Amino acid sequence: MAENIGFTSSSVSQVPILSVYDLKKAFSSNEVLKGISTDIYKGEKVVVIGPSGSGKSTFLRCLNCLEDPTSGSIIFDGEDLADQRVNINKHRQKIGMVFQQFNLFNNKTVLQNIMIAPYTLNKKKVKKEGKSAKEFKEECRQNALALLRRIGLEDKANVYPSTLSGGQKQRVAIVRALAMSPKVMLFDEPTSALDPEMVGEVLNLIKEVADEGMTMVIVTHEMGFAREVATRVLFMDEGMIAEEGTPTEIFDNPQNPRTKQFLNAVL
Amino acid sequence: MGSFGNKISKFIESFIFDGGYKEVIEGLGNTLKIAILGLCIGVILGTVIATIRVMPKYKVFPRILDKICGLYVGFFRGTPIVVQLLVGYFVILPLIGLGRISEENVCVVIFGLNSAAYVSEVMRGGLNSVDQGQLEAGRALGFSYASTMVRFVVPQAVKNILPSLGNEFISLIKETSVISFVGAMDLYVALTKIGQNNYEPMVPYLFMAICYIVMIFIITQLIRLLEKALSKSDRKGGAK
Ligand SMILES: Nc1ncnc2c1ncn2[C@@H]1O[C@H](COP(=O)(O)OP(=O)(O)OP(=O)(O)O)[C@@H](O)[C@H]1O
Ligand SMILES: [Mg+2]
Repeated sequence: MAENIGFTSSSVSQVPILSVYDLKKAFSSNEVLKGISTDIYKGEKVVVIGPSGSGKSTFLRCLNCLEDPTSGSIIFDGEDLADQRVNINKHRQKIGMVFQQFNLFNNKTVLQNIMIAPYTLNKKKVKKEGKSAKEFKEECRQNALALLRRIGLEDKANVYPSTLSGGQKQRVAIVRALAMSPKVMLFDEPTSALDPEMVGEVLNLIKEVADEGMTMVIVTHEMGFAREVATRVLFMDEGMIAEEGTPTEIFDNPQNPRTKQFLNAVL
Repeated sequence: MGSFGNKISKFIESFIFDGGYKEVIEGLGNTLKIAILGLCIGVILGTVIATIRVMPKYKVFPRILDKICGLYVGFFRGTPIVVQLLVGYFVILPLIGLGRISEENVCVVIFGLNSAAYVSEVMRGGLNSVDQGQLEAGRALGFSYASTMVRFVVPQAVKNILPSLGNEFISLIKETSVISFVGAMDLYVALTKIGQNNYEPMVPYLFMAICYIVMIFIITQLIRLLEKALSKSDRKGGAK
């Protein structure tokens, strides 16, 4: 706990959203994560950088158990997600994820992509509260349309994802995650599959969402963006957090020789 | 030509005036019923089998299920449908003694079970052809494995394998020509009867061939239309 206080800025409160303790992950005999511990606080933007193969994606995917951790714990909403007995589906609704390859549902229109999760996954709960399914569906639809309006793609509501550009797809994927009102959002190299001219529009949207106070964990190779948006930077190397600090500390004054070496290579 | 005309009029006589058409229609109906219901059973059961077979297998239970499915598929693909029909009707049915079940319904079940084995193999390829990211996106949003498969992965898989499913349906139509082995009425039985009544098999069997050709032509066209309708998600614009 104490070591995190130094990273707590005024906009960052003391409530941890995700608490990772001694997280390990092995693929058969290949140990990819070798004991990662970190607390992610409400409002933080944690940017994860590091060389290829260092385990950044694996770390991120363990946070919502798309990869089952081999050992360790991930405390979210008072429960340990690494425990096989927890209802992971319930918790995943509150952990948004944005993928490198967008992964929009190809068999659904843009609008359906955004509203299907909030509608389908909440309709039972809403029914208990006495709202009709029809009423709730319309509510989800209006909310989805508002999100599309926000990213300027309202006219694309009824087309299928295959007709969108990469940048448009990723922006839809971001608002699809937002539509579930997550407590934290995970981004795995959200701009790596984009043509260079589309990187800006996606980064701008992520920045906007960040500025609204969303808690984020972002794996990225965009160092300029990392410096701009991060409240804390984790440098991962060989399955461990080799160094962490504010963007200024990491980018301007790295302590670990591996961090220096990596930054020299990418900057 | 005169004698052929004579044969045709004889056929028409027994077909229409002696009521032969009733059995032909019954046979046609059976063929379609068995093929359609068989395909439905095949697609549903085949999808379940395929889903089990592509499931991640680091736990024991899915592995055992996978083995069972493997045996099932091996059995139904490795023996002739006639044998399955005969064993089903004359061995299994009396043994479990469920009482009287009509020949046609036994055929529906056997053809369904048989088709499931073939469909499961096709569907497995279809499921594997769908990008893993679709499953991950569904799971990351909070959908269960089953729900993600049903809503996102299976529909895309079905779309990818639609031509193969069409072929499966056509095979089923053709294979129903063995249902008379267990005493069910089909085109073969109905038209053979007409042929035997007036010792003129030429026109009845020609008619039988035409029936199959027309049926399969119509089905092929329907599958084309379906494929077109389903490919809308590949095009600009599209449905609401
Ligand atoms: N599903 C898997 N099965 C086996 N090994 C895997 C699997 N996923 C990842 N790995 C291995 O884990 C290691 C770390 O991979 P990971 O994708 O987490 O790295 P990364 O830091 O995200 O790299 P990059 O910058 O290239 O995306 C690699 O050696 C990779 O081969
Ligand atoms: Mg990665």
